[in-house]
Amino acid sequence: MSPVVNNLLNVVLILVCVVFGAALLTWLERRLLGIWQDRYGPNRVGPFGTLQIVADMIKLLMKQDWVPPFADRLIFIVAPAFAMFVVVAAFAVIPMAPGVGVVDLNIGLLFFLAMTSLGVYAVMFGAYASDNKYAMLGGLRAAAQMVSYEVFMGLSLMGVVMLAGTFNLRELVLAQADGWFIGPQIVGFFIFFMAGIAESHRTPFDLPEAEHELTAGFHTEYSGMKFAMFFIGEYVSVLMSAAMITVLFFGGWLGPAWLPPLGWFLLKTMTLVLLMILIRGSLPRPRYDQLMTFGWKFMLPLALINLLITSALILI
Amino acid sequence: MTRLLTQSKACPMGDADLVCLLQQQFPHPLIEQGTVDGIPTVWVDASHVGALLRYCKHELQPSYAMLYDITAIDERVRSHREGQPASDFTLIYQLLSLTGNAFVRIKVALMDSHLRVDTQCDVWPNANWYERECHDMFGIDFVGHPNLYPLIIPPTWKGHPLRKEHPARATEMEPFSIDEQMQDEEQEALRFVPEQWGMQREGKNTDYMFLNMGPNHPSVHGVFRVAVQLNGEEVVDAVADIGYHHRGAEKMGERQAWHTYMPYTDRIDYLGGVMNNLPYVMGVEKLADIQVSSRVETIRVMLSECFRIQSHFLFFGTFAQDIGQMSPIFYIFADREMLFGIIEAITGGRMHPSWFRIGGVAQDLPQGWDVMMREFLARMPKRLDEYQKMVLDNRIIKQRTVGVGRYTSEQAIDWGITGGGLRATGYDWDMRKRMPYSGYDNFDFDVPLGTNGDCYDRAMVRLQEIRQSLRIIQQCVDHMPEGPYKADHPLTTPPPKERTMKDIETLIHHFVHSSWGPAIPAGEVCLPIEASKGLNSYYLVSDGSTTSYRTRIRTPSFAHLQMIPTMSRGMMVADMIAIIASIDFVMADVDR
Repeated sequence: MSPVVNNLLNVVLILVCVVFGAALLTWLERRLLGIWQDRYGPNRVGPFGTLQIVADMIKLLMKQDWVPPFADRLIFIVAPAFAMFVVVAAFAVIPMAPGVGVVDLNIGLLFFLAMTSLGVYAVMFGAYASDNKYAMLGGLRAAAQMVSYEVFMGLSLMGVVMLAGTFNLRELVLAQADGWFIGPQIVGFFIFFMAGIAESHRTPFDLPEAEHELTAGFHTEYSGMKFAMFFIGEYVSVLMSAAMITVLFFGGWLGPAWLPPLGWFLLKTMTLVLLMILIRGSLPRPRYDQLMTFGWKFMLPLALINLLITSALILI
Repeated sequence: MTRLLTQSKACPMGDADLVCLLQQQFPHPLIEQGTVDGIPTVWVDASHVGALLRYCKHELQPSYAMLYDITAIDERVRSHREGQPASDFTLIYQLLSLTGNAFVRIKVALMDSHLRVDTQCDVWPNANWYERECHDMFGIDFVGHPNLYPLIIPPTWKGHPLRKEHPARATEMEPFSIDEQMQDEEQEALRFVPEQWGMQREGKNTDYMFLNMGPNHPSVHGVFRVAVQLNGEEVVDAVADIGYHHRGAEKMGERQAWHTYMPYTDRIDYLGGVMNNLPYVMGVEKLADIQVSSRVETIRVMLSECFRIQSHFLFFGTFAQDIGQMSPIFYIFADREMLFGIIEAITGGRMHPSWFRIGGVAQDLPQGWDVMMREFLARMPKRLDEYQKMVLDNRIIKQRTVGVGRYTSEQAIDWGITGGGLRATGYDWDMRKRMPYSGYDNFDFDVPLGTNGDCYDRAMVRLQEIRQSLRIIQQCVDHMPEGPYKADHPLTTPPPKERTMKDIETLIHHFVHSSWGPAIPAGEVCLPIEASKGLNSYYLVSDGSTTSYRTRIRTPSFAHLQMIPTMSRGMMVADMIAIIASIDFVMADVDR
C-alpha cells in the first residue's frame, strides 16, 4: 500500500469511527444510566436497543431545518458545524496505535490545546446568533467556564511534558514504556480529568446548558441536525478527553501482548468514558460562581504546585 | 343565634368567648354569628375592619398573627342567612393564632353599589394575592392596593367568575373559538411590562435583563411563570404570575352534588390524593352532624400519611433533580411504585383514588393489606438512610442550599407559610399536634424541626417527616380498630345498601341520595388539616340544598408561592431554582 492510500484510509476510518462511536455513546450512556438508576433505558429498537441511534438519527434528519427569523442566520448555521469541526480536528493528533492515527505532529499536544480552546467560539457564536436570553446566559457561562478551565488544563499537562521532554504525542506514549505517567502525575491527571469534563459541558460542569435553569442553555433555539451537531460534538469531545487521558497518563496503546495495541487503547478509553458517565449519574451541579471559585482558587494553585514539585524533582 | 353585644356584658372565661372579649375591648360594634365549626365569627363594618384586624394581630392576647385566608361570598341568592346582616357580597378574613391554636373569622358586609374596602397589604404582605384574587373573582375593590392586576384570570377576561350570574358550564355559553387576531391580542396581553410593577429598566451602571421563566420551563413544576429582573446572573426582583392551571374548582363546587365533588378535591393538590378528601369530608360531616367510627378515622389517617409520604418523595426527588442530581428521583420512583401498589390494593386507585366518602370510606380494607404495609415499612428506613447520604450529605448540595432562600419564623408567619416551610425555621407548629383532627391525638410521633429556614432545612424537615409518617402508619397497622367503615346516618353517601330491598323508606333514601345526592343542612364550616404542603381547608357554605352554596379552597401552595420574590432577591438564577425546588408546591394546588 502506498503511504497516500494508507493515510487516506486512516483518515476516513478514524473519522467514521469517531462520529459513529460518539453516536453509539449516546445509546451507551442512556443504557448505562438506566441500569444504574434501576430502569431499562432504550431497549426497544434492535438488539438491546442498539439501533436506537439509527432511530434518533432518522428523527433528527427528518426535522424541519429551522432557523428562527430573529437569529443571525449565517453565524447560526456556522456555529454547530464549527463545534463539530474543532473536536474532530483535535482528534487528528491522537495516536491510537503504532501506525493508526491521522497525523503525527511534533507539537501534537499544543495543537490539541489550541483546538479545544477554539471550542468556546462555537458555543459563543451559537448563543449570540440565537438572540435568546437563555442562550445568552448559557453562552456567557460557557465562555467564562471554558476560558478559566483551559488555563489549568494546559498547566496540568506540563508535568507530563516535562517528564517526557516532548510535545509529540506518539513519543509521549513511548516515554511511558517504563511506567505510566498516572503514577508521578496523579495530581495532573486529576486536574486534566476535571477540565476535560468541563470542556465537554458534562455534569457537574454542565452549567452552559443547565437544563433546570436555562432550559437548554446556548442551544435552546437549535433543532434537527444543527442541534445534533452540538450534541454529537459533545460526545466526540467526551471520547477525545478520554482518549487524551489514555495517551497522556495511561500509556496509550501500551500493555501486555494478549490484546493488540489498538485493543488496549480502546479498552482504556472506554473505561474512562464509563467513569465520566458514572459521574454524570451521581453528582449534582454546583452554582456558577462556586464553579469559578473552585477553578481559580483551588484547581489553578493545585496545577501550579504540581508543576513546581515536578520540575523540582526533575532538577534533583 | 345572633346577638348585638353590649359594652356592659361580663365575659365568662375561655377561648369560646373571644367574641365577647373583642366586643369589650374593641370600640366599634360587632355582630356575632354562630357557625357549625365553632370558629368565632364576627361581622364588622367596612370602615372599621382594618382597625379590628390590626387589633387582632398586634394587641389581642394570644395574638392572631397569621392571615390565613381572605375570600368572599356572593350572598345575593342565598336563602338561609338567618340573623346575618344584609349583604350582597361578604368579605371574609380568617386569622390564625399560632400561639393560641385558634382561628377567628371576620366578616364584612358589602353592598353591590359600593364594593370597596381598604387593603390590608400593609398589615400582612400576603394579603396582596388574596385581595387580587377577590378582585378577580368578585370584583371587589381594595382601596390602596399596590397593584390590583388580574392574578388568576387572564387580563382580557370579562366578568367575575365566582359571581352567581357567571355561568358555571361551557354549555351555558356561546361556543368558543379564537381567531388569529384574538390570539395575538391574548398573547400581547401576557407580555411582561416592568413599569407596571414599579421596576426600572436601567440601573446605575447597567441595563437590566428581564427573563421570562415559564409558564413552560423545566424547573417551575407545572405552569408557573415568574418574570425575573436580572443584573447579570443576579436576581434583582421577580414577579410571580399564576393562573395558568386555574380550572375553577371553587365554581365547580357550586354545581356538583356534595358527593360528586369528591373527585375534584383529589386533583387540587394532585400529589396529595385522598388527603385532599379529608378536609372536605370532615367539613360535610360536621355540617350533617355525622359521627364516624374510630376505624374510619384510623383508615383515613393511614391513607393520608401514605399520601404524605408519596408527596414528600416526589418533592425530595425533584429537589435533587433541580439541583442537577439526576439519579435520586429514579430510586424514589421505585419506592413510590411500591406504595402505589399498596394504595391500589386498598382503594383501587393510584394517584387520585377519591376514596373517602361522606360518613366513611368507600370500602373496608381488603384482606392482607397489613402484610403489604408491613413489608413496605420494613423496607423504607434503610432506603431513607440512603437518600439522606446521597442527597443531603452531598457537599455540592449543601453548598447550593445551605443559607439559600432563608427566612425567619416571623417572616414565615407574616407571609402565611405553614407546614414544612414554617417548621424549617424552627417554629414548632403542626396542626396534627396543636389542633388534632381525625384522631391524630392517639398517635405517637415527633414534629421534625429545622433551624435556619433555608432550602436545605426545608428538604431535611420533609425527609424526617417521611420517617414520622412511617411511624404513624406502623401504629395504624398494629392497632387498627374494628368497626364499621361507614357511619349509620341518613346522610351518609352512598347510603348503606343492605336493607334497601327490604323496606321502602331505605329504598327511597337510597334512590334520592344516589340520583340527586344528599341535601346537607344549612351552615358554614371550615376544618383545616395539616396537608403534605401545609394547611389546607375547605370553607363550605351550605344553603340546605344538594350542592354547596360556596366552596372556598384554601391551599398552602398559594401562600408559599407568593413569597418567591422576597426569597430570591439578591440571589443568583441557580439559587432561585433551588428556592423554587425547596418550596414543594404544585400549580394545581395554587390555582385550583
